[in-house]
Amino acid sequence: MNDVKLVAAFAENKPGQVAHFTKILASANINIRWLAVASTGPFGVMKFLVSDPEMACQALKHEGFVTKLVDALAIEVPDKPGGLHAVADCLASHNINLDNASGFITNNRAIMVLEVPDAARARDVLQKQGFRVLTQMELPV
Amino acid sequence: MFWDQKIETLERAALERLQLKRLQETVRRVAAHVPFYRQKFAELGVKPEDIRSLADLRRLPFTTNADLRDNYPTGLLAVSYDATLRLHTSSGTTGKPKALFFSRQDVDNAAELCARSFVMTGITQKDVFQNMMTYGMFTGALVTHYGAEKIGCLVIPAGPGNSERQLMLMQDFRTTFIHLTPSYALYLATFLEKHGVDPRRDLALRKAFVGAEAYTEETCRKIEEGLGLDVYNSYGLSEMNGPGIAFECVHKQGMHLWEDHFLLEIIDPQTGELLPDGEAGELVMTTLCREAMPLLRYRTRDITSIITKPCSCGRTHRRMNRIAGRSDDMLIVRGVNIYPQQIERVLMAQSGVGRNYLIALEGLDEMTIKVELAEAGFEGQVEQLMKLQNHLTEKLRAEILIKPQVQLLPPGSLPVSEGKAKRVIDNRKM
Repeated sequence: MNDVKLVAAFAENKPGQVAHFTKILASANINIRWLAVASTGPFGVMKFLVSDPEMACQALKHEGFVTKLVDALAIEVPDKPGGLHAVADCLASHNINLDNASGFITNNRAIMVLEVPDAARARDVLQKQGFRVLTQMELPV
Repeated sequence: MFWDQKIETLERAALERLQLKRLQETVRRVAAHVPFYRQKFAELGVKPEDIRSLADLRRLPFTTNADLRDNYPTGLLAVSYDATLRLHTSSGTTGKPKALFFSRQDVDNAAELCARSFVMTGITQKDVFQNMMTYGMFTGALVTHYGAEKIGCLVIPAGPGNSERQLMLMQDFRTTFIHLTPSYALYLATFLEKHGVDPRRDLALRKAFVGAEAYTEETCRKIEEGLGLDVYNSYGLSEMNGPGIAFECVHKQGMHLWEDHFLLEIIDPQTGELLPDGEAGELVMTTLCREAMPLLRYRTRDITSIITKPCSCGRTHRRMNRIAGRSDDMLIVRGVNIYPQQIERVLMAQSGVGRNYLIALEGLDEMTIKVELAEAGFEGQVEQLMKLQNHLTEKLRAEILIKPQVQLLPPGSLPVSEGKAKRVIDNRKM
């Protein structure tokens, strides 16, 4: 399996919530590579890409939070104009919808984090086009 | 499975003869010893000898909550102060409590009815009873304690709360049945889940007697699922001994009300008129064996209905349905009458939400229903939570006819009650 797992956590939409989560993860010695917050009215969902998703989930659960591991794709794209477009174009041509998309750059590597309805199929399509779909282990430290 | 088969299966005609005899005796005693009733009888122009049949019951005055308060502390005693053995007070009210006296005979009768109720569900002297109700002035714990001792069960007087210790006791002493409030039962289920205890595998629990708060069929199922046992509904109120007044038998089709000790009527709470059997209204009870503090036609304010159809268990004592609500729990929001139980029913039937909830009334008649999200109800996407929220709002609107705000919260964010749960907070500025 090449999929990476995001840790999704349910939270109230109020000040201090992210800090609360990051503190728990820091105490569990978990490194956070990426974070996204989606909120609506009184509540929201935080998603983390971390060094050890299983352990992060356990740490958050232990503190009483509702969590879930969510499948995602991490794709390495060239950090240059048109790099992202190539990925988007590939998915579009195969009629694959992007539920959530975001990205970050680390050590001169550009990583796209994608959530799609059928991760296995999207991975297949991208790999056939020569994109590098990272495993959990291959994520930059 | 009978504790007292003869009386529990007494044919109706004989039961009614016994009731009349005991009613006449009760009326004579209060007329002679309780000034409050003497005065009421005088106002209504009724004398003890006017009670010639059970139908004459309606000639007697009602007794209300307010009458108990007005006659606090000893005004309703029918025996001398020396002849009283135990004092209980009513729970969950503001100001002065209601004082409820028991004679030795009353203490024994209350235990007797609890013994009947437990045995009716299959409890034997081999069972181990962990009592998680509040000990103290509240009748809930002591009365069942004495009942279980009468059967010969090992009784663990644990009281509520301190779930770590409850778990330890249940494990070490192989507890087989418990008695607790529905709100604490739900909390305990969550507690066990969180601590990786599978009650079916790790505990010897078989039955729970759940009472002291009204709850719905859906809540009952959640408790059964979470604690891995059989839940028996029980009804009681401190004014009438506390628990053990009406219990479910193994068929769980309504609660048998011990009619050799209590007369029951269902009335229209507004007009006070008697309602026909089967119709829902306020339960009114008259004590038939109470020595220290007999009460005539006590307005319980609990809404229920009577099932007259004979039960296949063979008991002749009629059954009452699950309490639909308390007439003074009713909320009026935007002109609509709403019972909190209606809201509970919708929430407990919805997968994905937890077991704790709160109804908040704020501002100008705005209703917000706060409910905790369950671990299993989270798929990691905010869109899914919005869908759940909208779905619940729609279901609730269909049930209570007004549209509430639904607020999903992380588990553990609502206050946990270990006694009677406070489900409604009214901060309306009106």
